[in-house]
Amino acid sequence: MPVLELKNISKTYDNVTKALQDVSITVEEGEFVSIIGPSGAGKSTLLRSVNRLVDATQGAIILDGQDITHVRGKELRRVRTKTGMIFQHYNLVNRLSVIENVLHGRLGHKSAVSGAFGFYTESEKEQAFFILERLGLTEQAYKRCDELSGGQKQRVGIARALMQEPKLILCDEPIASLDPNASRIIMDYLSDINKSMKITCLLNLHQVDVAVKYSERIIGLTAGRVTYDGPAQKLDRKMIYEIYQSHEGQLITDMKE
Amino acid sequence: MEKRRTNEILLFQKRKLVFTAAAAVVILLYGMASFVTEYDTLLGLSSFPKAFKWIIVNMVPNAKALERLPNILKKLTETALLSVAVTVCAAICAFFFALLGSKTTRVNPVLAGSVRVVAAFFRNVPDVVWAILLMFSFGQNVLTGFFAMFLTTFGLLTRTFIETIDEVSNDCVEALHAAGANYMQTVFQGILPSSISEVITWILFMIETNIRSSTLIGILTGTGIGYLFDLYYKRLDYPSASLVVMSIVILVILLETISGGIRKVIL
Repeated sequence: MPVLELKNISKTYDNVTKALQDVSITVEEGEFVSIIGPSGAGKSTLLRSVNRLVDATQGAIILDGQDITHVRGKELRRVRTKTGMIFQHYNLVNRLSVIENVLHGRLGHKSAVSGAFGFYTESEKEQAFFILERLGLTEQAYKRCDELSGGQKQRVGIARALMQEPKLILCDEPIASLDPNASRIIMDYLSDINKSMKITCLLNLHQVDVAVKYSERIIGLTAGRVTYDGPAQKLDRKMIYEIYQSHEGQLITDMKE
Repeated sequence: MEKRRTNEILLFQKRKLVFTAAAAVVILLYGMASFVTEYDTLLGLSSFPKAFKWIIVNMVPNAKALERLPNILKKLTETALLSVAVTVCAAICAFFFALLGSKTTRVNPVLAGSVRVVAAFFRNVPDVVWAILLMFSFGQNVLTGFFAMFLTTFGLLTRTFIETIDEVSNDCVEALHAAGANYMQTVFQGILPSSISEVITWILFMIETNIRSSTLIGILTGTGIGYLFDLYYKRLDYPSASLVVMSIVILVILLETISGGIRKVIL
């Protein structure tokens, strides 16, 4: 059974800007899928329509066998717990400690009051520390998030997403603000989570080489339409030029050879 | 290269022109205003020494004024505590209103718009005017001063808290929503921790401001330190009146120092 099915999704902003046009994607359980494409192609919109941070204008979203296109209120909260999200700018609450930020992943599972005042159960706290240990952040647990480096912040982001016990992790440009070394660490963790915990990963990436190296499958998005959907190995240079609507020698990836 | 140089020269010439024009406009306005109000600049400047001399002769606290110090301090404490109470009450109300008015946390756009309008109204009517208006309903009473300051403080803090919330919380609110947090959880776990230091800074600032304005309002409502000042002043007991002013100044400076310290710790 597919974890995620997007059926003919379209999104128009302010009745003018067409961010997505008739996008259909099926993601199977345990897949590691990267979406590539130029800025403004609709990658972020696509990812945000999966957990309904953005409401698609048309089409249906089926997550884990449930049509979530129109769910609201409590049900929407419950549905969102199934998808963890990782952001380019980490989106942590910088003034809170690392452990508090990780525990935020539980908010969707908790009652309004105990969540608001931060009453977490012992087992939730234990789980948070277990995840932190796994991501190599045990020493940082009580530090405030604004004291961390970019790579560490992103690992806190991953920990928060894992805390939700998600079926699917959405990553919106997870390494776009990181140096090459931190980028590799983050991608390795994501890849490891995907393999060992069988959590499906759907990523937006700007780095074509990274996408090809880590993912099994790549989706190319150009001006709101899917222009490529297939295995990473079959993505040839001609295809890449088509996705980015450019010509031989114009892309930074061309510089290597 | 040639062209760039000319552009550069043009840019600096333009900037110079703007400064000269601005200076000319200011001088012209000053001249016109002096003419209309029949204000003589030289006479104005030359009366300064005279005024200072009068202040030094008449307004230095003497032994009799110092006898009144315990009473002054009692009223001063009363006024300071009132300002703290007003500011804290107003800040709590303002924070919840600001949530309704902020772009990231508003419940609906019409409500957000009306919150902004109400806040602007309360803020833009000076507290002294509020005091005069409220005197009709509450009379010469501490409550009049309390509500007068409450309304302006509430209006001003709502506005600044809306800006703080807008500035601070877009990213983390998105992340918390994505994790399935509801409105209340987002506010208490995301927005409040992110904005708390700015909120406290503003509260401290408003406490200082309110001590100053409560003096003025006290003159109107016959309460607190303002009443005492009015009393001594009208009795022509200038040394005591100046002691009142000095004690207010010292209190405000003290508070500024303390709040500066608090700010350093929380930031």
